[in-house]
Amino acid sequence: MDASIGVLMACPMSLYLEQELDKRFKLYRFWAQPSRQEFLKIHAESIRAVVGNATAGADAELIDALPKLEIVSSFSVGLDKIDLNKCKEKGIRVTNTPDVLTEDVADLAIGLMLAVLRRICECDKYVRKGLWKMGDFKLTTKFSGKRVGIIGLGRIGLAVAKRAEAFDCPISYYSRSEKPNTNYKYHSSVIDLASNCDILVVACALTPETRHIVNREVINALGPKGVLINIGRGPHVDEPELVSALVEGRLGGAGLDVFEKEPEVPEQLFSLDNVVLLPHVGSGTLETRNAMADLVIGNLEAHFLNKPLLTPVV
Amino acid sequence: MDIVKLPELLVLGPPILFKVYEREFSTKFHILKPYESPLPTEIYLQTHGQSVRALLCYGKSPVTAQMLRLLPSLQLVMTAGTGVNQIDLPECRRLGISVVNTGDVFSEDTADYAVGLLIDVLRKISAGDRHVRRGAWPVHGDFSLGVKLGGKQVGIVGLGNIGSKVARRLEAFGCIISYNSRTKKSSVPYSFYPNVCELALNSNILFICCSLTEQTRHLINKDVMTALGKDGIIVNVGRGPIIDESELVKFLVEGEIAGAGLDVFENEPTVPKELFGLDNVVITPHRAAFTQQAFFEAFNVLVANLEAFFSNKPLITPV
Repeated sequence: MDASIGVLMACPMSLYLEQELDKRFKLYRFWAQPSRQEFLKIHAESIRAVVGNATAGADAELIDALPKLEIVSSFSVGLDKIDLNKCKEKGIRVTNTPDVLTEDVADLAIGLMLAVLRRICECDKYVRKGLWKMGDFKLTTKFSGKRVGIIGLGRIGLAVAKRAEAFDCPISYYSRSEKPNTNYKYHSSVIDLASNCDILVVACALTPETRHIVNREVINALGPKGVLINIGRGPHVDEPELVSALVEGRLGGAGLDVFEKEPEVPEQLFSLDNVVLLPHVGSGTLETRNAMADLVIGNLEAHFLNKPLLTPVV
Repeated sequence: MDIVKLPELLVLGPPILFKVYEREFSTKFHILKPYESPLPTEIYLQTHGQSVRALLCYGKSPVTAQMLRLLPSLQLVMTAGTGVNQIDLPECRRLGISVVNTGDVFSEDTADYAVGLLIDVLRKISAGDRHVRRGAWPVHGDFSLGVKLGGKQVGIVGLGNIGSKVARRLEAFGCIISYNSRTKKSSVPYSFYPNVCELALNSNILFICCSLTEQTRHLINKDVMTALGKDGIIVNVGRGPIIDESELVKFLVEGEIAGAGLDVFENEPTVPKELFGLDNVVITPHRAAFTQQAFFEAFNVLVANLEAFFSNKPLITPV
């Protein structure tokens, strides 16, 4: 690889990835620059690739500031931080990291469902505080057999369904269009889906159309015994509405791995025992993050060697 | 006019299940409650227990040979749960006393919880939730990485009602299942290992799903944990004494195994304090089976058994 090829990494995401990029390219760490304006003035012309993730990618402004940009390689499967139309316009290639993180994200969705319904985190907290006395107890909600509704039956949605089926959960879903090869029950609106399930899982891509796809009406339809699991993106859910529904008891519970303004999490949630809050760890295992990094490197190498991209989106 | 006398039911403990359904039990049976009497239990039984034919206990209320001697009319011992390690089974057999548990009603919820504990340990769900709630995410940035579940070798100790349900669930996550059980099961697709050490040697994760007996006390000992190895995880939803708890604590504190999900302990409700500071353990207060639905089903099973018993019909869930 040509060590003069400038690669701009948008934010910290993986030390392993940084190491591997350092070996092959001239890596610039955007977050470490004292002044981004100054940095771009000096180095913009040499940057031919951007590496982004769920937190920061390549918006119109950045793309315009990098006249030699050829490829954006995202350390994520989600593309919501990349201006895809702009990339298409300018002939800039875009890659992401599908498949390698599917299982981890689906595993976490089920883990969140169990943690919320069975109050596992709350129990752990209780014991650690030294509060366990003989004879005390709390009855929680059975998970097996609960109706699971999935928004978005893509790779991750299907993986969630497969796992939930092993717990005898009936599966239904909402998608832009009905999927031909499944036995799962299709609903043509998210409200219908929410009205007919016990656990609603957000597993679709974030686009302008799916922003706030879980809104007040959907939350009310899910109801005081319903549980929302968000393993998609924070903006899929109208967060203030979610918070008030939880605080007021209009929604039964929530397992959230993502938030509208990460790393900020609404503090009203901290005192609730029917929510589980995670710091965006859906793909957060060593094995998977390394596999994602390898895919980013593989895509960049393929591009600069004029070979076919491994996981192109644009 | 004769009032029909409700059959007597002696209740020891009381079991949590009984506390939840006390009113319902009391409409069908005349309840004797030694735990509410100022008399010592022995005296109470001698005084009031002579005609008692049925008793209800639970995991924390032992039914000993000595106690059975004080109840000459006893023909049925019921436990409000699955485990029967607190009942002197040989003595019951000798006296012709039937023993009943709640059958299979708790196994699904226990299996669900076991899987929940495992995912929590591997993916740091409780630890991550703690991290977020104390406001550490904006300050410390990315949280530490967990361990992938897919492809892991899972060893199940005791492939009974609970173990088989754990196995079925974890298959869907891409785990490879093997087991040790008293007997090899002929029609299961999982590898059988003849002893727990060999199972541990070939597993990343061990699930304890067997019952507590003389043979299984401290079954999971230093040798088994060494065989499991530094990357190993143990999940216990059986009984605390199946694991040598002080060895387990040592292994966890010294990093000789990678983590544990524990719902049961040797001396409940006491939990070794060394565990409180560890992020790689999840510790819960013996509630793997505690759902509203399971309790409702358990209540129905116990009543069905009592009604069968008092009408001389076959018991529903004899042990």
